[in-house]
Amino acid sequence: MTSQILNNHSADHHHDHDAEATAKVAFGFWIYIMSDCILFSCFFASYAVLHTNVFGGAGPKELFDLNYVMVETFLLLTSSFTYGLAMLATHKNNKGQVLVWLFITFLLGLGFIGMEINEFHHLIIEGNGPSRSAFLSSFFGLVGLHGLHVTCGLIWMALLMFQVSTRGLTAMVNRKLACLSLFWHFLDIIWIFVFTVVYLMGVM
Amino acid sequence: MSVHHDVSVTGESHGSVKSYTIGFILSIILTVIPYFIVVNHMMPVEGIAIAVVLLAVGQLFIQLVFFLHLDRSSAQRWNLITFLFTTLILLILVIGTIWIMWNLNYNMMDH
Repeated sequence: MTSQILNNHSADHHHDHDAEATAKVAFGFWIYIMSDCILFSCFFASYAVLHTNVFGGAGPKELFDLNYVMVETFLLLTSSFTYGLAMLATHKNNKGQVLVWLFITFLLGLGFIGMEINEFHHLIIEGNGPSRSAFLSSFFGLVGLHGLHVTCGLIWMALLMFQVSTRGLTAMVNRKLACLSLFWHFLDIIWIFVFTVVYLMGVM
Repeated sequence: MSVHHDVSVTGESHGSVKSYTIGFILSIILTVIPYFIVVNHMMPVEGIAIAVVLLAVGQLFIQLVFFLHLDRSSAQRWNLITFLFTTLILLILVIGTIWIMWNLNYNMMDH
């Protein structure tokens, strides 16, 4: 009885320590995300200033296909949701479920990036590359910066899937999963504003 | 024990399937509405611009609450303070840039 209480106590203590470390790491990562917000706001500001300067070329109305972008938006939004489900599986300590949801999230993210690269490719081969006008420079800058973040997130996710499968859901792996969760939801929020400011307001 | 399942030692909320699903459905609704407003030209251009930005801000709050679990709990207090400060800097930067560049553009025109 006594030893059981002692064991429970030390387990709780261990849990406290891990939780405290997780809270610290998550807060530090949150500060990084906030500074990333400032970085994105600079790109948004330059897009807002330059988007009318098409230099005699095609503008947002001619170049953007809203239906195509809508599919991209749903891929990213759904991937944010499935990552949330992966986090819930983490709290339940269910390794198999974590891996399944991470893999689905990874595929959705990959689909998003694939569609974005395809869109960029079409724009560039039609002569509407980033050097065509100030509007296209700022467009490729802003959307490309977001795409670069998503690509980094995907690489990170692939590495974490590997770590989850080899090391299991240790305290350290859980901390990394929690950080990537913040990162992934943050990228979804940034995309809402890219979708609104660049695409919706571009074609209206 | 089951009570402690959703809340960690630091008081941080992890959410539940229900809260993620609510957030997901609300996000879909707030994405589809501006899409239809723009595609069907439901208002004058200024009205559309204001509507889609307001709906995007609405979705920002939905995702902050349901996906990032940002609230006024003790564990989230510093996250919230840094978020509010970042928002302030961000608004000064974006609105300030647009304001200055618009004025510059206006004064450079022939008139």
